[in-house]
Order: sequence, then structure tokens, then C-alpha cells
Amino acid sequence: MSAPAESVRAIRDDVATGRRSAVDVCTAALARIDAANPRLNAFNTVAAEGALSAAAAVDRHRAAGEPPGPLAGVPIAIKDNLCVRGMRTTASSKILDAFVPPYDATVVRHLERAGAVILGKTNCDEFAMGSSNENSAYGPVRNPWAPDRTPGGSSGGSAAAVAARLVPCALGSDTGGSIRQPAAFCGIVGVKPTYGRVSRYGLLAFASSLDQIGPMTRNVADAALVLSVIAGQDVADATSAPEPVPDFSEGLDLGVRGLRIGVPRAFIGSGVDDQVLGAFEAAVDRFREAGATIVDVALPNAAAAIPAYYLVCTAEASSNLARYDGVRYGHRPVLAPDDTLQTLYDRTRDEGFGPEVKRRIMLGTYVLSAGYYDAYYLKAQQVRTLLKREYEQAFERADVIAMPTSPTPPFRLGEKAADPLQMYLTDVFTVSANLAGLPAVSVPCGFTADTLPIGLQLTGRHFDEATLLRAAAAYEAATDWATRAPPLG
Amino acid sequence: MYEAVIGLEVHAHLLTRTKMFCGCSTAFGARPNTQVCPVCLGLPGALPVLNRQAVDCAIKASLALGCRVETESVFARKNYFYPDLPKGYQISQYERPLAVAGGLTLGDATHVRITRVHLEEDAGKSLHEGLADSAIKTGVDFNRSGVPLIEIVSEPDLRSAAQAAGFFSELRAILVWIGVNDGNMEEGSLRCDANVSVRPAGQSSLGTKTEVKNLNSFRHVEKALTYEIERQIEVVRGGGRVRQETRLWDGASGRTQPMRSKEDAQDYRYFPEPDLPPLVVDAARIEALGAALPELPAARRERFVAAHGLPPYDAGVLTQSAGLADYFERTAAAAGNAKAASNWIMGELLGMLNDRHATVETAPIAPDALGGLIALIDRGTISSAMAKDVFARMYDTGQSAAAIVEAEGLAQIGDADEVAALVDRVVAANTPVVAEYRDGKRQVFGFLVGQVMKASGGRVNPKLANERLRAVLDRDGDVAVTPGTAQR
Repeated sequence: MSAPAESVRAIRDDVATGRRSAVDVCTAALARIDAANPRLNAFNTVAAEGALSAAAAVDRHRAAGEPPGPLAGVPIAIKDNLCVRGMRTTASSKILDAFVPPYDATVVRHLERAGAVILGKTNCDEFAMGSSNENSAYGPVRNPWAPDRTPGGSSGGSAAAVAARLVPCALGSDTGGSIRQPAAFCGIVGVKPTYGRVSRYGLLAFASSLDQIGPMTRNVADAALVLSVIAGQDVADATSAPEPVPDFSEGLDLGVRGLRIGVPRAFIGSGVDDQVLGAFEAAVDRFREAGATIVDVALPNAAAAIPAYYLVCTAEASSNLARYDGVRYGHRPVLAPDDTLQTLYDRTRDEGFGPEVKRRIMLGTYVLSAGYYDAYYLKAQQVRTLLKREYEQAFERADVIAMPTSPTPPFRLGEKAADPLQMYLTDVFTVSANLAGLPAVSVPCGFTADTLPIGLQLTGRHFDEATLLRAAAAYEAATDWATRAPPLG
Repeated sequence: MYEAVIGLEVHAHLLTRTKMFCGCSTAFGARPNTQVCPVCLGLPGALPVLNRQAVDCAIKASLALGCRVETESVFARKNYFYPDLPKGYQISQYERPLAVAGGLTLGDATHVRITRVHLEEDAGKSLHEGLADSAIKTGVDFNRSGVPLIEIVSEPDLRSAAQAAGFFSELRAILVWIGVNDGNMEEGSLRCDANVSVRPAGQSSLGTKTEVKNLNSFRHVEKALTYEIERQIEVVRGGGRVRQETRLWDGASGRTQPMRSKEDAQDYRYFPEPDLPPLVVDAARIEALGAALPELPAARRERFVAAHGLPPYDAGVLTQSAGLADYFERTAAAAGNAKAASNWIMGELLGMLNDRHATVETAPIAPDALGGLIALIDRGTISSAMAKDVFARMYDTGQSAAAIVEAEGLAQIGDADEVAALVDRVVAANTPVVAEYRDGKRQVFGFLVGQVMKASGGRVNPKLANERLRAVLDRDGDVAVTPGTAQR
């Protein structure tokens, strides 16, 4: 496979061989961002100066004869809930409006060591809580395919930036679908790795037992390359796994002949948009044509995943967000001399957090409260155990499980904003992979009649990203969805 | 008659070089906020990583307290807001603690059951006073944030304030003894809260308890509990009911004051810490740590009495610390005389160390050297009186007793001829006094002994000098009297 133009691999090859300088690549990317960002609002912060000097360093190292890194000169955008030393990191919240972390997330260190050039921080739902990027203190991101529509969330800025060809890769984080759903909505590839595959150190925690960082790219091979760079056990994250990291770029072209693709038919029934369902069925046919065996699998409790997910994630969030108290950093209200400590807390958090974050903190506090813990938190953990078991059983019959990524194509901005429950239900196909800790990918699988992207989700076994990406790559190779570009760029 | 029922919760810092979940130093007394990092400051995105050494210390303490160490325990978040708690939660253990079901037998034979021992991190420290703008602001020092702790919870098996203080003291001795805590209560390395209730003697059900906080010395434990027990008895006697509440001991006023009532009790919303996997310790690790534990104070006390024939009092003093007990055993072995070793250590050595503000670990006299001194006394080479001077010289010079005795010619004159010559000189030089003696004025004997001592420079063996002098004075003729055959 030769790398498509302006892909991660094409840029890396150009820079590594000296066909183009990293500075030129970076300058061009910054110019695209300058031109497009006012319309897309994909970036919260663009760090042009730092990016150019990082790019210059890549060029210097090449000139000095040092071997180029696997991402030499590749411009990358980072979701604004990941710490980059010295770069404003807000999680799209007013409470961290001026926060500049004194340290790098582990993934950022991996990227920089690989020669990547960090261009800036992408817009997202506040603290990654949302499915439309409308819960951002810095305004919604627009979908490059249709500016009146959501790019999805919470990694909406990362998805829009990649889809609009501003950058070939962005990092997102996925707690209940926050990489995969925006990838689907923006017509790109998004990978949520196995829980523990990628260090969470430096990721502003939303729900610690569900959060994973992953790459968002325009094709599967780019995602595989970036995943190889950021994956691996980290001494700074006790939940990162000692699992060896294979080169995910290897074996992507092995095809799906002999692979068993499981389809949970009973689960993909009602509530799914007809065009999404049509695109999904067509994708299943493509797999069959490519030599895969299609098998039925059962996930009888998958419908309980949404309530279980919203109990677990809000419970953990209520605790994770307690540190934003105005004492050490972040937003702090102006206080009168006779105001109390309680006033400091109340006003910091009232002024700093947006409505959806407050809602989830309240829900989560309730879920963990004495007298309710067993009925909610514990019950949700039981559902989680049950789901894990169901997936294990399903993976006895299938190597990869296929579902739509989202039950609908990208909806209009504002369409679901007033109805949180409707919004939560858009995560129906994505949350179970987080609850079970499984790797999953969304790949473009078509468009609606209005040219709105549709995504196909594939879920794999624990730490078997290799098979997952191989199936995704085979599907991608059998279609031309990945080559389509949106009008807004 | 009323009976008090008391259980203690003791928090003990673990003697690790670095904090529980990060690499910052645990050293006490540094400038505020100089031993901090993203993890112990609770910066966004920072994650905890468990300090293995803290776990080892906690396991040692658990085993020393007779607890069963669980092969799997679980960290939990205790959620509450306070400025010195940077994450808004404390990482602790809740439903599944590290160790359970231990116990400790006190000197009065009371067995106090230990409910549990669990690991947790300390919070920072709020500085309400001492800063330039303390009138309007509270400062926070996060140096202590994340210092590893164990919480030791006892069953309500204690029946008096004095017993509670005794238990706390024994607990401290054990933790210091096995090297997991420095025992420093002033620096907050060891802190104690008490749950206390009263009930009519003979009643088996428990009265309503209060929790008394801020009991940070043995004296405060005893005073605070004495006060609180009396307060509760008065309430009950007056027909009232004890309110379930948390009370704060104020050492200055000598009273406990209500802090918060049960109704205001916080809901800590404990749940398993998702950032840390369950703590798994395999049986081999527990066994190895147990095998490496030193003999504990109570066992050692008993052995000192049984094997060395020491009085229980001596055994108690000598087991105040592991270092002192070790020192005693090595001294006794070198001296071949356990009781003499005990006397010298409890008397001269501890006195000198105290005067010089030194500790047994830094004593300039090694146990072998002190044993050597005792052996010289036992062999009659030097007198006990002389030995005290030699001891002082040993302390200051670090030389052995034998070397000092040799160099300064301090060995006793024990040779019969030398003694006889000394006595003869004194008798010859004091004929009037000798005459008085022979006339029956026996009390001048002491003066003559003193003269012999003086003539020898204090080195003559007093027993031999006595015998020889009496023989010379009492004889009629010029008969030589050999030592040991003198008539009394």
C-alpha cells in the first residue's frame, strides 16, 4: 500500500527523506488552521511558535544525520484534555481557562520523541462530557461536512481538524465513544485502544476506569502507526498493562479471509436510522465478499450498557472533578473578606463548570451516596461484569464484532441540546466497549443522501488491536470512503 | 459505678524515603511546598503509583500486631472537600483493608483486639497562623500530602484512660521497634483518635460513643479520656443522654469540645479507587517480611527475665527500644554477667547518654567494651569505684577499659607483699594512732585504712588492705599473716 497524499506516513516519508522540511509541513498546516479554524472552531489553542521550533528541531536532527523518528515532522493536534507542558490546557472548561500544565502527558512525550510536531489543542466537550461538542466553554465545533451539524463529541475538534485536512492526525480520548462517534460523524478513522494499552498519565480524568486515549486519522494505517508510538506500559499509570506492543503497521494487508465477523443482530434493531442501517448492512456484505465469515453473536445485556455507563462514569467524574476547587489552580472567584471557605468552593465551581458537567457531578454524587451505592454503583458494576462475560462468549464465535458506530448520522447543532437523555442514547453502540475495556475502531462506511458521513464500528478482543485494525484496513481497502474530502477545508 | 469502653484509631506515618504515590521526599521540616509534584498536588491528569516500600512497612506492622494480611486488598477513595486535600479525595482502604483480626496483650494481661490495619495517604497541612497575612488568610503546605500512613483500629477493649494510654504507648514501642515509624508525636508521625462511651458496670450493651480527636501524646490520651469519661458519666448520672458526636481535645483548656454531631457527619462516598489495581501481595512476600521481623518487645522482655535472670523492672527498661535491648544482650555476652551489664547500662550508660544528649545507637562505648570493663571488675583487676572513672574515660576517648587501666597503671594492688609493704609504711608513719588503736580506740581503724588507700593512690585492693592492716594491728609479735587467713 502506498501512503495517500498528506497522510501521516506520506509526510513522515517526505520529511525523513528530505523531500520536504518539517518546517514547511508545519507552516502549511498552520496556514490551513488559520484559514479554516474561524469557521470550524476546532482548536482552542494554536501553538504556532512552539510548533515551528519543534519542526525546526526535527529538520536539524535530520541534517545532523540522526535517524528520523516514526512520526518525523508529522503535525499532530492534541485534544484539550491532555497535558502539554507549557501549553494552555483547558478541557474546554472555564474552570481551567488559564491553566498551563507543568508537565507532559505520557502520550505527548511519546509523540515528541517520535518526531511529531504538536500544533495545538483541540476543542471538545467540557471535560469530555458530551456527544456533540456543544458542551464547550469555547463554543461548538462545526462539522466540516455540514456546518450546521455537530462533529460529534467529545473529541469533536480533533475529528473536525482531521476531516478538514488541517492535520493528518489528532489525539482524542474515549470514555463512552468520544473518539469513535466523532470519527464516524466526520468520516474519519478513530481508534479506542484496549483499556490499559495507552497510558492515561496526563489525561484530565473524566471516568478513570473507562478513559482511553487513541489516534484519529484519515486512514487505518496512519492510526496503526500512531497507536504503535503511543501504546505501552507506563510506570506513571498503574492501570497501564504490561502487554507487549506489536508493530500495529504489520499485517494490515493480510485481509479478512477466514476471519469471523460477529454481528449482534438483536441489538442493532430499533432506533437505528435507516440510512445508517443500510450502510451497515452493505459493510457486512463487503466483509462477506472479502472472504470473512459472518456469524450471529448475542449480547443480551447490551441494552443495559447505557444506564450502567452513566452510573459508573458520573460516579467517577464526581470524584475526579473534586480537585477543581479554586485552591491551587484554575478559576478562582473574587471573594469578599468575610466570605467563607464554602463560598470559595461554591462560587469556583458554580462559575467554572458548565451545566452538563454540573449535572454529571450531581448524578455521580447521588450514585455514590450512602444508601444508594448498592442500588446504583454496585449494580452498574455487576452489569459491567455481565457485559464482559457476554463479550467473551461472543468472541468464542467471532474474531471481530461489527456494529454501527452511532445510531444516527450527525445531527443538527442544538437538536438534542435540550434533552440530555436523547443525547445519552446516541452512545448506545459505543459505551459497551468502554465498560468491557475492549478495543474498538470506527471507520467510514458511507454517506447519507445529504452527504453526511456514516461510521462502522468494529470491536476486538482484549489487546488484539492487531486483528481489529487488520479487519478495518481490509474494509477500508475494499471501499473508497476514506478518499472523500469534505467541502469545508 | 460506671465503666468506660474505649477503642483507639491510631495513624502512623511509615518510614519510607518517598511518598505513598509519588517520588517526593517524606522528610519532615522542609520549607513549605518544596517536596511536591503533580501527583501529590493533585494536578489535572496526574496519577498515583503505589510505593512498594510503604506496603512492606504496613505488612510488617500488621504482622507485628498479630493481624492476618490479606493477599488482596483494595484502595478506595474517601471523598471530601478541604483545602489541604488536593484531589478532593484521600486514597485509603475501606471495604477490603490490608490486614485484619490482630491483637496486642498489654502489661496488665489485657488483650486488645486489633480490628484492621489499612494503608492510606496523609493530607497536607493547613497553616492558620505564623504567616505574615495569617489574620486574613490560611496557607496550605503540601509537603505532607501523600506521606504514607497506616491506620490501626482497635476493638473497644480498653476500660480506662490509663489503659488506653498504655495501649497507645505499647503500639508506639512496637512500630518504632520494627522500624516502620519514628515514634515522633510532636511531628505528627503518630496520631491517635479515640472512640469512648460509658455504661453502668456489669451492663453488656454499649453506651453512645463520642469520637475524641487530637490526642497526640500519651499524656493527652490519658487526660482527654479521663475528662471525657467523667463528662459522659455526669451526663448519664444527671439523667441525660450522651450525644453521638465528634469532639476535639483542647490541651490548653483541658476539655473536649463538640466538633460535629452525627447528623452533620460527612458521607464520604467511598468507592474503589479506579486509578489503582487491587493490591496483591503473595504469601511468600508476607512470609519473608514476617521472618525478617525482630523479636518483639514483649517476647524479648520475657526472655530477658527467663534466660538472663533479670528482674522484670530491668527487662522493661532494657526493652524500651530494640537498639537498647541489642546493646544489653551484646554487653551481657561480653561481660559474662547479665545483671552487672543491666546495672551498668541502666545506671552509668543511660545517665551519661542522657547528660550528653546522645542515644544508645551513637554511644562511643561499644557493648563489647562495656562488657570488658565489667569483666575487669569481676576479675578484681579494678574496683567498682575505679571502674566509674574508667567508664567516663572510655566514653570520652573511645578506648577500651584494659587499655586505659594499663596506660594509667590503674590496676589494683592485689599482691600480698605489695599490700604488706604499704601497710607497714602506714603503720610506721602513724605510731601515735597505732598506739591509740592498740589501747582499744578501735574507731581509728578507718583512718588508717584511708591512709593505706591514699599511699597506694587508691589502687590497693580494699579487702586485702583491710585484712592485712587488722592483722598487723592486732598481732603481738612480728608474725606474717597471709591474706585470706586473717582473723576477724
